[in-house]
Amino acid sequence: MKIKKSLAISETGFVFDPSTGDSYTLNPIGLEIIQLLREGKSREDITKAMTRTFDVDSLTFERYYFDFLGMLKQMQLVESDE
Amino acid sequence: MSKQKLTIAISGLNNVDSPGPGIPVIRGIRESVDIDPRIIGLAYENLEPGPYMREFVDKTYKVPYPSEGVDPLIERIRYIHEREQIDVLIPNFDSEIFVFIKLADKLGEMGIHTFLPTLSQFEERHKSNLPQYGEKHDITVPDSRPVTSFEDIEDLVRKGTFSWPLLVKGKFYDAYMARSADQARIYFNTVSAKWGLPVIVQEFIKGTEVNVVALGDGSGRTVGAVPMRKQYITDKGKAWGGITLDDPSMLDFTHHVMAATRWRGGMELELIRTPQNELYLIEINPRLPAWVYLAVAAGQNLPEALIKLAMGQKVPAWTRYDVGKIFIRYSFDMICDLDAFRKLSTTGEL
Repeated sequence: MKIKKSLAISETGFVFDPSTGDSYTLNPIGLEIIQLLREGKSREDITKAMTRTFDVDSLTFERYYFDFLGMLKQMQLVESDE
Repeated sequence: MSKQKLTIAISGLNNVDSPGPGIPVIRGIRESVDIDPRIIGLAYENLEPGPYMREFVDKTYKVPYPSEGVDPLIERIRYIHEREQIDVLIPNFDSEIFVFIKLADKLGEMGIHTFLPTLSQFEERHKSNLPQYGEKHDITVPDSRPVTSFEDIEDLVRKGTFSWPLLVKGKFYDAYMARSADQARIYFNTVSAKWGLPVIVQEFIKGTEVNVVALGDGSGRTVGAVPMRKQYITDKGKAWGGITLDDPSMLDFTHHVMAATRWRGGMELELIRTPQNELYLIEINPRLPAWVYLAVAAGQNLPEALIKLAMGQKVPAWTRYDVGKIFIRYSFDMICDLDAFRKLSTTGEL
């Protein structure tokens, strides 16, 4: 899944979509995931990175991860061909 | 280089909760790097805030409502012109644009420049003509019909032309969403009592309202355009906060409208973006909107460019603006002396 190139994401987790004018606030975990997605990391890479940093097993993480991706899609924050 | 001294008459000074564009237009002109303006306010009411905002308006004259006829208005303008030598006049109310288009030649003979759409440009974009307008200029629009009675609305629904909800709109201002015949009757009566007939019935398009402020030079060229989304809307549907957008499709839409209609002057496009990302034109307002100062702040001083075009000067087209610029409107209690109110009420001048 590719995050919209035009999104402005600040270090504090403030996300601005210049095409709609919508803005969002991410918590630190959401911010980290978005940054990894932006770097083009795969699901496996992201899961590895997150389970290494946080006290969570891969199955639990992926459940929340797919929820999060669904939310990004619903909010049209991913490239439209996704 | 010294600034060009110009005397500019401006209406729409009702800087209230449903604001006229006068003060924001003046604000842009006052920030011009090329123009040193003397601003003459044209007011209709004694309590319009603009006349008392002395940092914006140098002198105010009350003028008769356009509905009182062309002759009293032109006589009043002539009186003001004799005292002030007006260079440019910018009307800012939808309801007065028609009269000033009619008066443009007379004003020109007096040496007063305007930069207004032509009568046919103004007439063809009326809400009641929207379907024909869309077809003529290849613009996507919702179905709209002028009606003169509530029974006409019932007929349109019975025949299946429209379904609930639908929009009931005044010919100049005001729009209400009617979800039932009972609501439609109430809104029809409200709107017709305020703005007269016809009342416009419009298909409801589900989506997000987005707007563009733009300026056309009359040749089909877009001098400037800034897209915006309202972020905070008052109960009157007015933007109380908004943000500039990076939306090439809205700019393409605007360039197409400008090129197809050869629009002359300021305009505001009211658009609906559907969830499928289609843009529908729901209205063209034939003047700069009250949020025009957002465009100035984003890098396009459209009021200044409008003055230059009126003066016959060449204006280059803008190609950029700042995205993510926000305006937040606020209210503020001005304290005025009774004497100022007395002067405007009794002499018609301040």
